Amino acid sequence: MHVPNEPTLHKAKDPHTELADHHAVDKLNHEHGHDHGASHGSVKSYLIGFALSVVLTGIPFALTMLKILPAATLIPAILILGVIQIVVHLHYFLHMDTSSSQIWNNAAFVFTVIIVGILIVGTIWVMFHLNHNMHPGMMPGGMG
Amino acid sequence: MSSRVDQLHEDPLLRAIFGKLHIESIPWHDPIIMGAGAGMVIAAVAVLGLTTYFKQWKYVWSNWLTSVDHKKIGVMYIILALIMLLRGFADALMMRAQQAMASAGGEGFLPPDHFDQIFTAHGVIMIFFVAMPFVVGLMNVVMPLQIGARDVAFPYLNSLSFWLTASGAILINVSLVIGEFAHTGWLAYAPLSGIEFSPGVGVDYYLWALQIAGLGTLLSGVNLITTIFKMRAPGMTLMRMPIFTWTTLAANMLIVAAFPILTVCLAMLSLDRYLGMHFFTNEAGGNAMLYVNLIWAWGHPEVYILVLPAFGVFSEVVATYSRKRLFGYDGMVYATMCIALLSFIVWLHHFFTMGAGANVNAFFGITTMIISIPTGVKVFNWLFTMYRGRIKLDLPMMWTLGFIITFVIGGATGVLMAVPGADFVLHNSVFLIAHFHNVIIGGVLFGCFAALNYWFPKAFGFKLHVGLGKVSFWCWLIGFYVAFMPLYALGLMGMTRRLSHMNDPVWQVYLIVAAFGALLILAGILANIAQIVWSVVKRDELRDETGDPWDGRTLEWATSSPPPFYNFAVTPAIGNHDSFWDAKQLGQAYVQPEKYEPIHMPRNTATGLLIGLVSVPFGFALVWHIWWLALLGFVAMIVIAAVHTFNEDRDYYVQPDEIKAIEDARFALLKTQKEA
Repeated sequence: MHVPNEPTLHKAKDPHTELADHHAVDKLNHEHGHDHGASHGSVKSYLIGFALSVVLTGIPFALTMLKILPAATLIPAILILGVIQIVVHLHYFLHMDTSSSQIWNNAAFVFTVIIVGILIVGTIWVMFHLNHNMHPGMMPGGMG
Repeated sequence: MSSRVDQLHEDPLLRAIFGKLHIESIPWHDPIIMGAGAGMVIAAVAVLGLTTYFKQWKYVWSNWLTSVDHKKIGVMYIILALIMLLRGFADALMMRAQQAMASAGGEGFLPPDHFDQIFTAHGVIMIFFVAMPFVVGLMNVVMPLQIGARDVAFPYLNSLSFWLTASGAILINVSLVIGEFAHTGWLAYAPLSGIEFSPGVGVDYYLWALQIAGLGTLLSGVNLITTIFKMRAPGMTLMRMPIFTWTTLAANMLIVAAFPILTVCLAMLSLDRYLGMHFFTNEAGGNAMLYVNLIWAWGHPEVYILVLPAFGVFSEVVATYSRKRLFGYDGMVYATMCIALLSFIVWLHHFFTMGAGANVNAFFGITTMIISIPTGVKVFNWLFTMYRGRIKLDLPMMWTLGFIITFVIGGATGVLMAVPGADFVLHNSVFLIAHFHNVIIGGVLFGCFAALNYWFPKAFGFKLHVGLGKVSFWCWLIGFYVAFMPLYALGLMGMTRRLSHMNDPVWQVYLIVAAFGALLILAGILANIAQIVWSVVKRDELRDETGDPWDGRTLEWATSSPPPFYNFAVTPAIGNHDSFWDAKQLGQAYVQPEKYEPIHMPRNTATGLLIGLVSVPFGFALVWHIWWLALLGFVAMIVIAAVHTFNEDRDYYVQPDEIKAIEDARFALLKTQKEA
């Protein structure tokens, strides 16, 4: 089978051929076509992201192992550090930002946040009610 | 509990090699299981033998097993679904027979231990390995054609998704013969599914079969969403997409959002079972109610993942056979997206009785009732599409009419149970069983059969036989009502679900009627098989050479049947929805272009098949604690995937002369059609 030296990819008259071809799997060869989505970052940005992640993982470990904080403040602290780490991952590893080329990524992210929010808030609400009705003594601040 | 689970090797070496697997893990003494196992082995050997005898291995290998063509993969999904339908339905027949025989104090033929596995297997198989592959298969075959794409966005990933799903199905079938399946019901509620109360391997089979198949489903969801967003024909804005494509988009968004919840929930149960953790146990801070909460946070979106594509099928069918543009296209789109979002805020209605307070129950009861509004919008849209249409009562339309009537009844009983007070009476009764079979058979399954009859000629180039199709339709429709209406009555009389033995003779007559209904459905399934076999035999008489046997409206009918591997020689430009219908009206359809451009296509690859095949022993090893094999399987899968990334030769260009030869033959055929 003859394969054109120069892929017709970006020269196709028919805009659809280009769309379909461009996104056919593995078509995204490295020489051509990063005209969509975000930059893929540099070694430096990955290292910064990695270092931040290590620090943000290390702190809650240290807090827990060394028993520096009481449980009532420890748990929120771990949660907050976890959320910060999510943001670090999104920025340094998934390259999310507010540029217009990111519209689909951001839309998908907003959708995800809504669903995760529904799930977490809903679950806490539901489980609180269940605990309240089923195990009155086991609530924080209760008799247990 | 089954005695065969308790057999363990004394010798540490044997235990290291075989884990918990023992020669006594196979229930040699049980004639039903051994018969079914022998049947499966004979069928598999027959298929392999016939393929060898007719020297078809090369064809099967290069055209099907290693294919990355979305149409082939979709067809394989549907074949998997139909095979598993037989298995799941055999379970249903056994349950109906057992309850009919054992309802007035009789013994029946199934011990409780076996009955428990059967209702669990029935639910798991019907949802995960019949409804899911059927719907995913339809989306695969049809959606890329409807948007004018050449394939899905990630063809190799698509092949991998299918083979992972098939591996899950294989694991479930292995559990029939080697060891046992879960006794827990299809959602494996903790703490019953924990190691304390289910020490056997049944729940482990459940966990790994669903994790492997679920990964396939999730990857497929990512793939199809990307395809819809990135590969539509020029001019096809989102609001010009066919409704089936819209419902595919909604269903796959739900898959991507909901399946990770299942994955995490099952992973936590696995940690409890394998590593002695306490997420869902009764002690050490565990909370079994959290399992119920999480599994339904996936489980409710799941039913909409199944039914939304079916709604899409009915929308296409109603418009085609009423010869009218779909009434209220915009309303249909918004209703679909509303249902998709609302499906995430109703999950608690599956466990009103677990003990939440009035505020929580009232909130979820109201959201559940609200979901019936967009669903009602859809029903009225279908009715108004038919109103003053020139309706042709072909098979897909008959399934659609059967659906509208049946689904409305099922929806009404659903809204009834959305009232928490009523649910306290009906929860876990066979009224609930009747309700969800009412919507899943009447909605999803009827949709699948409408789609099968509607798109079969597109996939294979010949229509399905109408007479046998009508037999199947009427058997299914009447059989459904005969089988499940008695369960509504029994539920109101107080019969709970999953009973293997009962002592109330009043119930028996209802259960005998229900069993008779199941036999009618069996006749319907046999008619389905006969319809497909007979249509293959008589394919020359049923052949469709136009590519458009039903005078269709959407883009998939513009190409030949079956479509060439590249789908469209020249990508169509879209000016409106129902664009193919418009083109036919304006005389712009069937115009051969002057010249063709090279088409860029993906090459076949065996990688997906190999990873899928390795995942079977991997899952099996995890089930039986054969750690060396699990590690080996895991490493093998990583290596296969890694080797694939070094394969640079993944695509090629179809040259214009080859396209021209295929297209010339098609247009010559079309010409003889017009003259005839």
